[in-house]
Amino acid sequence: MNHAEVNWVGYRTLMRKELTRILRIWGQTLVPPAITMSLYFIIFGNLIGSRIGDMGGFDYMQFIVPGLVMMSVIQNSYGNMVSSFFGAKFGRHIEEILISPLPNWIVLLGYMSGAVARGLMVGAVVTGVALFFTDIHVHNWLVTLSVVLLTAVVFALAGMVNAIFAQKFDDIAIIPTFVLTPLTYLGGVFYSVSLLPEFWQHVSAVNPILYMVNAFRYGMLGVSDVPLLTSYLIIFGFIALLTGFCLWLLRKGVGLRS
Amino acid sequence: MLALDIRDLKKTYKNGVEALRGVSLQVEQGDFFALLGPNGAGKSTMIGIISSLVNPSAGQVTICGHDLQAKRAEAMASIGLVPQEVNFNQFERPLDIVSHQAGYYGIPRSEALERAEYYLNKLALWDKHDKPSRSLSGGMKRRLMIARAMVNQPKLLILDEPTAGVDIEIRRSMWSFLNEINRQGTTVILTTHYLEEAESLCRNIAIIDHGRIVENTDIKTLLAKLDVETFVLDLRAPIQQLPSSEGIHFHLRDDTTLEASLPKERSLNTLFAALAGNGIEVLSMRNKSNRLEELFMRLVESEQPSGAAV
Repeated sequence: MNHAEVNWVGYRTLMRKELTRILRIWGQTLVPPAITMSLYFIIFGNLIGSRIGDMGGFDYMQFIVPGLVMMSVIQNSYGNMVSSFFGAKFGRHIEEILISPLPNWIVLLGYMSGAVARGLMVGAVVTGVALFFTDIHVHNWLVTLSVVLLTAVVFALAGMVNAIFAQKFDDIAIIPTFVLTPLTYLGGVFYSVSLLPEFWQHVSAVNPILYMVNAFRYGMLGVSDVPLLTSYLIIFGFIALLTGFCLWLLRKGVGLRS
Repeated sequence: MLALDIRDLKKTYKNGVEALRGVSLQVEQGDFFALLGPNGAGKSTMIGIISSLVNPSAGQVTICGHDLQAKRAEAMASIGLVPQEVNFNQFERPLDIVSHQAGYYGIPRSEALERAEYYLNKLALWDKHDKPSRSLSGGMKRRLMIARAMVNQPKLLILDEPTAGVDIEIRRSMWSFLNEINRQGTTVILTTHYLEEAESLCRNIAIIDHGRIVENTDIKTLLAKLDVETFVLDLRAPIQQLPSSEGIHFHLRDDTTLEASLPKERSLNTLFAALAGNGIEVLSMRNKSNRLEELFMRLVESEQPSGAAV
């Protein structure tokens, strides 16, 4: 059997293992985002949103749907990678993979695919929940699907970096709590940055999540606070940077091989 | 071809601990090889390097003709590892654990499931294949790790203390399985603290201490170095006074249990003559300790720095 066949079977095995894990613990992986997002839709969309009125030419509920879907995708692709990879490290079953002939890029691709799959599954669940509250029309399918997929890839890779460096469970909670959540909330999920004073608009411009949320909103609603091309450049830039960094960390064996 | 060829392997950890200080070791294909040493001698570090879980500081490792650095995938495809500690996902089922491992070696799903069933059956675990692995007993978990290590049908199987803490019956069944796969051509390297295990299973042996190989030979040659043997004698009646005989050292354990140490070149008849001369009747007799254990202690103690605390 040649390397390509080994790698392909190995990749599919990693994917199967990850999908089995996600579906086995569906009560932890798929249900909580649905409940959380339902509350967002009820409180922000229905109760508060009805008093806010239009935003970006759409009623507030429609405006926040792309942001909330994207927020779920970001949190869950990141969270899946961190919990799965760090869990494997902590329980030492990552050694099953480290002693196998699989190259590092397949290991990264396998775990990343699992994390992306969970992000997209949760995104689909949240979109389904949103349909109970408002109508959804997709302005541009290609942009919508490509942005959600690529954003899930970015945060899966970022989760891998976190999981590689993490040495205890506290370490996998710090980044989501103190970095990811604030950046997501300030990334235009609930508002258009054009509402902010000019200074804060400039500050918001350094938040990469702003570009991803707005690109996705463009795909769904056809409106965005930032140019679409800039969003794609930023997303691809992060993917290239994080992929290179993850592969370097895996090659060095940081946090994995003594 | 050698199953394992290690040349001048060194490992110094970041905290400055020198775990391996230039180890060279060759294991022939088809061998059943014991790697012995006290705790902290460097055994697990060496196994870690062979299985690519530990990065070496210097030296070369070749597995079944494949250089570990240059041809990692080929080298890793040739080995199976049974680690000292349980390292599978305890929330997964045994069938998934073994079949997933096969997948990491490029074995297609249908064949992976067949092999998983075969090895789980072989290690008497098939009736548990669908249960969460955390519900398995300690002995079952060790057997599961052997099944997992065998699923890629490795040319070289490395077991790091596989029988630690398992009962006699399971230990015997593991020995039987290991003997069987060794007869079928798999090279087996075993580390163990049960020296009788090494003596009964292995043909060749290396003893490692303080990061260096202090002995590397076949078991028979090693045992031939043992010049004194100690026997435990169960007596019919209590004795108050030790018998005496030139060249034989007697020690009374209790009233009816006597230990006798005599040089290997002395005939046992001399011992019995001395006992009969003192009117001592022997009911039964056995070796005091495992012969290999005595040698092991001697070799390891000779490596201790003088005045070191024991």
